[in-house]
Amino acid sequence: MTVNMTKGQAINLQKSDGGTLTAVRMGLGWQAAPRRGLFGSRTREIDLDASAVLFADKQPVDVVFFRHLVSDDGSVKHTGDNLVGGAGSGGDDEAILVDLQRVPVHIDQIVFTVNSFTGQTFQEVQNAFCRIVDETNGQELARYTLDGGGQYTAQIMAKVHRVGAGWQMTALGNPANGRTFQDLMPAILPHL
Amino acid sequence: MTAELVRGQNHTLPQTRLEIRVSAGTPVVAGATLGDEQGTVHGIEWIAHPGSPQLPGLEVSKQAAAEHRLAVDLDALPASVHRVTVLLALPMGVGGPVSFGAVAAPFVAVTGLEGTEIATFTLTGLDSESAVAALELYRRQGAWKVRAVGQGYAGGLAAMLADQGVSGAQELARSVHEAVARGVARSVAPPPPRTPEGDRVRHAGTASGQQPPATPPAAPIGDPAPAATPLPGPAQPRPAGDAVPAAGPTPGPATSGPINYAHPRRQSAAPPPPPPTAPPAEPGRPARPVAGDATGWSMEERLYNQVWGMFEDLARTTAAYRSAVDFAESRMDQELDRALSDPRNRIGGAGDRAREEARTKRDQLTARAREALDRDLAQLAAESAVVEPALPAAYAGWDNPVWHAYRVPMEIPMALRIGDLHLPESVGLRIPLLVRLPLERGIWVDSGRTASEAAALTGADQLRRLAMENAVAHAARLLAVYPADEFSVHVIDPAGSAAAALAPLVDSGVLAAPAAGAGGVASVLAHLTRRVDLVQMAIRAGAADALPPDLDTAEQLLIVNDFPHGFDDRAVTQLRYLADEGPSVGVHLLMVADREDASAYGPVLDPLWRSLLRITPVADDHLADPWVGHAWTYEPLRTPPGSRVLQNVLAQVAAARRGGRP
Repeated sequence: MTVNMTKGQAINLQKSDGGTLTAVRMGLGWQAAPRRGLFGSRTREIDLDASAVLFADKQPVDVVFFRHLVSDDGSVKHTGDNLVGGAGSGGDDEAILVDLQRVPVHIDQIVFTVNSFTGQTFQEVQNAFCRIVDETNGQELARYTLDGGGQYTAQIMAKVHRVGAGWQMTALGNPANGRTFQDLMPAILPHL
Repeated sequence: MTAELVRGQNHTLPQTRLEIRVSAGTPVVAGATLGDEQGTVHGIEWIAHPGSPQLPGLEVSKQAAAEHRLAVDLDALPASVHRVTVLLALPMGVGGPVSFGAVAAPFVAVTGLEGTEIATFTLTGLDSESAVAALELYRRQGAWKVRAVGQGYAGGLAAMLADQGVSGAQELARSVHEAVARGVARSVAPPPPRTPEGDRVRHAGTASGQQPPATPPAAPIGDPAPAATPLPGPAQPRPAGDAVPAAGPTPGPATSGPINYAHPRRQSAAPPPPPPTAPPAEPGRPARPVAGDATGWSMEERLYNQVWGMFEDLARTTAAYRSAVDFAESRMDQELDRALSDPRNRIGGAGDRAREEARTKRDQLTARAREALDRDLAQLAAESAVVEPALPAAYAGWDNPVWHAYRVPMEIPMALRIGDLHLPESVGLRIPLLVRLPLERGIWVDSGRTASEAAALTGADQLRRLAMENAVAHAARLLAVYPADEFSVHVIDPAGSAAAALAPLVDSGVLAAPAAGAGGVASVLAHLTRRVDLVQMAIRAGAADALPPDLDTAEQLLIVNDFPHGFDDRAVTQLRYLADEGPSVGVHLLMVADREDASAYGPVLDPLWRSLLRITPVADDHLADPWVGHAWTYEPLRTPPGSRVLQNVLAQVAAARRGGRP
């Protein structure tokens, strides 16, 4: 059962049978919006990049992005850079796998961000979403759709954080500006 | 490079003439639908299926089979086609499995015409579905891409076609299944004659082939399976070719389902036996490790991948531990600073309490990190305990019994173990350092005094002696794992100082005599330089058969002792040429040198040292892993004290060479 999340909403990451999740996938999909103009049919390719920042008590410890595809401890894996996005049929264009059981003990939050590497704003992006999937059975747990593109080039999508012995996901959906996750650090910190 | 897609992922296709290869554990029906820009399928003439297998630019198999090769020419498709969906379905009404949950996960690969894989996708997680949309090829801004779909349909082919907007999906699905059933009926072989008792026993011996492979083969079908080297340990016996009667229409052992479509005598192209997978874990406990629990075409390749997997796991779990400990330390430091600077803490015991609290927090976090590390280390140690005894000779230490049963091999192994690696957190857990064969770069055994503790405890002369002994042991391993006459060793020992260390090679007869003096250096280098030059010319000209008959085609290893003693400028230049150009044409360097001795050359030789893999005669922590970059302690392999394993192995190598060269 998919939960369509709204900004700020938090859900507990649990299997439908109440067991704890072992591995989740954060999937990201998008499509370039058609441009108006002389060559109206021409769309320009948009390179969105998904990144995950691992925090220990509000200090960034490790980052997983297209130049560092696996966190040093091996718990967070990026499946690879997609430079153009999808044809819009709903599949994930980039995905980050998180093995929750292997996340080091001091890491308490993992923040997922999306940046427009090519510099277009989200006004030119259509059908962008992020969703979290139980990797063990492919079930979608939650989906968060980025609505209403604006004049910004990055989104702080969601965070997964420890609550007690388990994990919780919170949809953040905060616009920001930046080419890579480094530029977003000041914008991320208030959400920790 | 092959892209291994996950569900939903896409990948750009570099060419338009493709093959789509499907392997499933059971016969499946393969089909394809063509869609327009909106994905709509405009009727049954846009569908390729066993009843109507050909469309312009696309052809599918007429029958259900466990292996399919669909030829696709995207350029030949009508311009209105924007999407090609590849479908798989289980044949109905022939008594086979009725859902994908009951069979091994199908595997699809998009390949070029010559079989190079572009993208692959394993359709995992299917359950009650009996039809699945596996892949989608789609046009995007003039270029074609592939997307891994993996959408299953419990309602079968009819539901899948209906979902794509095909009118009359029910009828079409029925006609497809009928066409398949007809095809099956056509190809059913007459029942095998009653097998005599002995034959039946031999069939039973191939039972491993009857389970659907747990990992479908990833390599192109046309590739011959690498021949299995006899392995000790829990290696699964390969289905022997003679288990199938050589003549007659008798079908071979079926993979599953009633019919085997494989040519009965083409056993060498059969998929490899399923890798031994770990038995399911008892609840609450980690799975019991099994040797060879990794991907690969042969047990050798699986063990190689497993060893590298253990290497990576150890690097990463240690990275997690170190990161947690660093964090705990820095947090404690901050808290101590804060406690110190807070004026309220200056009176009473508040400051002590705050300090005590900060330390406790550090200790708790460190303890939890250690617990996680210990859990992983225990599992890796258990894995190592089953993997080590199962290793073939080339991967095994000298103390492994496999070396006592040594036979001169018929094939070059994938890799060679040249030492052990460990980290300070887990000194007892040794990871074999495997390098690929043929060697991709030369090796430098550093006889100089390094910063390591072990080197500090060893005298300079002893280090030199150990370094040369090590080099000889490496050369002996290389000689032993190559087939007879496919590997030769040359030694440059200008001052004759390594005679004692070289004795095992010379005494056994695998090495003629070390080249001594400046004249010896010059003649060996000239000989090898000529060989590199000739082979390169022959390769460039595509005329390998034009090589002079006196040229030794075996791979050559040059051991250089005491560099740069006895070398003039010309010889140094030739040595650098061999280091640069040699590995690609089978000439390898094994330098035993102290960089200090060559310091007169200044930075000119830096590229030479950098191009070699540096190892040490004693334990030294100078090797970095490719993932995290920890400093790993390298230790050379040692023969057990008093053991004559090295001499015995070399004697066998020498005997095999005499046999090969009457």
